[in-house]
Amino acid sequence: MSLNDFIQAAFFIVVVLLTVKPFGAYMARIYEGSPAGLNVWFAPVERLFYRLCGVKPEEGMSWKTYAFAMILFNILGALVVYGFQRFQASLPLNPMAMPAVSPDSSFNTAISFASNTNWQGYGGESTMSYLTQMVALVVQNFVSAATGMAILIALTRGFVQKQMNTIGNFWVDMVRTVLYILLPLSIIFAVLFVSQGIPQTFSKSAAATYLQTEKDSNGKPVTEQDIALGPVASQISIKQLGSNGGGFYNVNSAHPFENPTPLSNFLEMLAIFLIPIGLCYTFGYMVKDRRQGWAILAAMLIIFLPCLWFGIQIEQQGNPLLTKIGVDQGATAFQPGGNMEGKEARFGIANSAIWAVTTTAIANGSVNCMHDSFMPLSGMIPMWLIQIGEVDFGGVGCGLYGMIGFIIVAVFIAGLMIGRTPEYLGKKIEVFEMKMASLVAVIPHMFILLPTAIAVLTVAGKAGISNPGPHGFSEILYAFSSAAGNNGSAFGGISANTVFYNVATAISMFFGRYWLAIPMLAIAGSLSAKKIIPTTQGTLPTHTPLFVFFLVMVVLVIGALVFFPALALGPIVEHLMMRNI
Amino acid sequence: MKKTHNKVTSLFEPSILGPAIIGSFQKLDPRHQIKNPVMFVVLVGSVLTTGLYFQALVGHGETGAGFILAISLWLWFTIVFANFAESMAEGRGKAQAESLRKARKDTPAKKMSKPVYGSNYETVSATTLRKGDVVFVEHGDYIPMDGEVVEGVASVDESAITGESAPVIRESGGDRSAVTGGTRVLSDWLVVRISANPGETFLDHMIAMVEGARRQKTPNEIALSILLVVFTIIFLLVVVTLLPFSIFSVAAAGKGTVITVTALVALLVCLIPTTIGGLLPAIGIAGMDRMIQANVIATSGRAVEAAGDVDVLLLDKTGTITLGNRQAVAFIPTKGVSVETLADAAQLSSLSDETPEGRSIVVLAKEKYGIRERQTKELEAKFIPFTAQTRMSGVDLAGNRQIRKGSVDAIEGYVRKAGGLFPDDLKSSIETISKSGGTPLVVAEDKNVLGVIQLKDIVKGGIKERFAELRRMGIKTIMITGDNPLTAAAIAAEAGMDDFLAQATPETKLKLIRDMQTGGRLVAMTGDGTNDAPALAQADVAVAMNTGTQAAKEAGNMVDLDSNPTKLIEVVKIGKQLLITRGSLTTFSIANDVSKYFAIIPAAFVGTYPALGALNIMHLATPQSAILSAVIFNALIIIFLIPLSLFGVPYRPMAATRLLRDNLLIYGVGGIITPFIGIKLIDMILVALHLV
Repeated sequence: MSLNDFIQAAFFIVVVLLTVKPFGAYMARIYEGSPAGLNVWFAPVERLFYRLCGVKPEEGMSWKTYAFAMILFNILGALVVYGFQRFQASLPLNPMAMPAVSPDSSFNTAISFASNTNWQGYGGESTMSYLTQMVALVVQNFVSAATGMAILIALTRGFVQKQMNTIGNFWVDMVRTVLYILLPLSIIFAVLFVSQGIPQTFSKSAAATYLQTEKDSNGKPVTEQDIALGPVASQISIKQLGSNGGGFYNVNSAHPFENPTPLSNFLEMLAIFLIPIGLCYTFGYMVKDRRQGWAILAAMLIIFLPCLWFGIQIEQQGNPLLTKIGVDQGATAFQPGGNMEGKEARFGIANSAIWAVTTTAIANGSVNCMHDSFMPLSGMIPMWLIQIGEVDFGGVGCGLYGMIGFIIVAVFIAGLMIGRTPEYLGKKIEVFEMKMASLVAVIPHMFILLPTAIAVLTVAGKAGISNPGPHGFSEILYAFSSAAGNNGSAFGGISANTVFYNVATAISMFFGRYWLAIPMLAIAGSLSAKKIIPTTQGTLPTHTPLFVFFLVMVVLVIGALVFFPALALGPIVEHLMMRNI
Repeated sequence: MKKTHNKVTSLFEPSILGPAIIGSFQKLDPRHQIKNPVMFVVLVGSVLTTGLYFQALVGHGETGAGFILAISLWLWFTIVFANFAESMAEGRGKAQAESLRKARKDTPAKKMSKPVYGSNYETVSATTLRKGDVVFVEHGDYIPMDGEVVEGVASVDESAITGESAPVIRESGGDRSAVTGGTRVLSDWLVVRISANPGETFLDHMIAMVEGARRQKTPNEIALSILLVVFTIIFLLVVVTLLPFSIFSVAAAGKGTVITVTALVALLVCLIPTTIGGLLPAIGIAGMDRMIQANVIATSGRAVEAAGDVDVLLLDKTGTITLGNRQAVAFIPTKGVSVETLADAAQLSSLSDETPEGRSIVVLAKEKYGIRERQTKELEAKFIPFTAQTRMSGVDLAGNRQIRKGSVDAIEGYVRKAGGLFPDDLKSSIETISKSGGTPLVVAEDKNVLGVIQLKDIVKGGIKERFAELRRMGIKTIMITGDNPLTAAAIAAEAGMDDFLAQATPETKLKLIRDMQTGGRLVAMTGDGTNDAPALAQADVAVAMNTGTQAAKEAGNMVDLDSNPTKLIEVVKIGKQLLITRGSLTTFSIANDVSKYFAIIPAAFVGTYPALGALNIMHLATPQSAILSAVIFNALIIIFLIPLSLFGVPYRPMAATRLLRDNLLIYGVGGIITPFIGIKLIDMILVALHLV
């Protein structure tokens, strides 16, 4: 890692950490309903929503009602996205006259955007009309992010409340999230992005005349190039903020219109981090013990920072095969050095590697470089960060509730080791919680490993691979990790817009999202009904360095134990073979 | 004192070892194994590899028959070792049940027609008795069933139940009226109303508990089982998907062979938590066993576990915190009276007072002022005993001297009646005594008040240290007493207790427990009287004294055969130890997996990708010896951990964080390192013996 790399990474992390306290506290006040500026000024708007929709905001829901509302809302959302894609040809705001999207791709995209995955089997600028992008996809970017945050807040209430049957009101949590958190931030970031040159327009593609006539594949002369435009800035801001990751353009934030400058790159990375890391503080604030929030944040950083360092380090070292044949891969005043294959020159090694690690640690999935072109071990880092369950920060809301699932397992084992029935934040962890936490632990692994196994055995699965050997295996493993982890990033290299991958990844995305969300809500309901046990000398404190260390070990050991064999046959062996050549 | 149950049985006791070995094979029955999902997976794996072995024998094997046989045998050993652990734990319990069962003889019973002494009885078999029947027992008879004494008083030998050879007194009414079937009357007679049907007696219950026949999984055990099943499912997924991954890799690399089913089964068994899965039943049974060794019978495993979570302990003052009786510690004379005069009068008034308080006054007078003990007869004195009406006692001496001692009010009334005055200076002394937790006993001769004797509750030696220990475990102690708040506060402070409930009644006790529970606390208490029963029923962990009434025993969820109220501390420790043992072995089991990967993954795939040989950091000789060593280690570790699961992980009271740190170091870090060493050693032995 060069000094330049270090300064860029350190500056980014410091800025991110500075936002945690003020923004986390703001979100906590929004959810608690205490005055926080916006929620005072726009209170009439909020009330109007409730009146129009017939929602009684003061009415709490049981966890089952909450889960039912959440599922119903998400299924409706998916249907809307499916409908818009199928009928976009006959709908307005389609200046490029895009035809209807294929049924399997529409299905995949509908699940993908409803589940906050934003896996994109399609190329946005060449497939979707402006209306589909803006109304179907962007709306899902807001509400799928809000769904994750609402579930986290419901779970948090489970810890705060005692002997209650309710966990809050889903509609209220959704409205507050969108109105006071996601919308204002999106507007701010969209304006900042426009200032950096990201387009925001309804006009159709610009045509540029080639200086030199080219020939297409049929040998016919081509003189003009379409330069795709559209309402990009507004889509990019929420794409980054809500850990969605579904870009306007096919190549996502590597596209010069989606991410034109180093400053836009910095802002987009900041936007990825803002909410997931702030929610740690929100959690501590709401459970009235901020140390708990900081402890979770510390555990996440302990996993994240070495991954970041390792990723940059490996990429900066460059490709050993090129080193052997005498290519200079050192950083000089004229070249960034390192492994620049698949990277944008305007971002270089540091900002590409930081992005790759950030976008996978947080289930965002937007990319600004080709992960497929990373060195085997630095390509393994993003993959593994997804595989540990998207809990190390993870998507907005869902990352933290996934981490709380791990905390439940950790306090269970730690509680036994000190001779007490395990408890977390004064709530006893008993059989029901363990059952639900177990689902959270098993489901993602199941929907990564099983479809990968099917894919490597079937013709349809193997057809998508573009590289032979272990690397091809990594491509498939990455695709299903990304789907089940609701990340949405692609290793690249794999041709995923086929019926097989559209259906298989959609299934992984669906179960990876909702089969975690529902057990977490069940835990929220069960915890909410419990008493709060007072803290004594015999209580295991969960904010100490020891517990943080233990939690990290639990996440690492489970993550490592489950994926070690698969990774050994993919990136690890690829690395060893590359070293031995 | 002889305690038959207290001897710790040696691990290698032949009478237990023999049946345990037989039992470990009998338990191979799939119907038994299915109860333990982790071990059931091992059983399926064993059957599968055995099948593969026979397939290899007829010439269609996926790899060498010898290797498959070796793996298969060690998988069978894994199950047998786990069964052996369970059988050992059960065997130790059964040995105790056997000694109890001897007490349950079919004794003849003298069934009475009327519950009155002297009425007719017929001799019937004890098994025909039903609840409500009345029997007559006299010296030499065995009490046929559990019951309540309705008439009579007798000394009873309860050593069959309690292991305590000293006889106890059982009498009608009061708190000593419960008798237990199988015990023997040593003197006198009793009329007993039977309180249990056959098969429901205390003894039956004890035998069932000890044998583990009625053992149900406790909530915590269920939660842990779920976690273990989850790990099993996850690793099953890992191993099952490894076959397609291997097929793909072989095709992609164009060399090597697809991983064998034998290797996959070996990997699966090594990864799933067999160590804790195999030892879990043994740990539970052994926990119950340790309770019994502490002479506590728990009516459910749930209660044992709850004991580990207790955070409030309610203890009766008298007999638990303080010695049963108060003792005189000082004589404080009133103005114009010498302390010797007071001591002399106090001694005279107490010479015939056989109460412990009275004795202590005589002792104090002798020790501090050298006043010799005198005989009441020589003094021609007449002893006036204490009555509830006068609330004082004393002595009438020759020469019409009347010495009285008693409570402040009683003596004040007495001297006023005689025309005397109660001196004002004494009032401040009395107040000081009350405030310090003592009891003032005023002494008067005729109409003159001489002074006051300070009686004090004597806190039991060493009790303060035990409470400090509890505090380190995070348990709050509360003293229950009928005393006034001033006295209670002073004694609680002296004994080092956190809080007290003064002027306690059954209602206030019950309310205190309920309030604590509403606040989320888990309450433990001990009790023996019928008036304790409601509170015992309400408490989460309720230890009834064996000397207590039937009502108290039924209300509690544990019975302490030693009737020692501080036994609760042991109970808490055993409860904690049970959980710690489970947690530590779970951590150990999972931590072991790291090394097994480094043994098996390179071995399984080095043919396909030779570069993976770099992961063979233990430098195991061959792929086959690597897989075999991992399987052998996995089986042997169960045997090595049997003593730990039977005796439990040592527990010392300390703050939670330190305890976690220590156990993580030993079982977590140790769990990662140990198998690296173990597997390497086994590999070296296999190579040295030319077995691979």
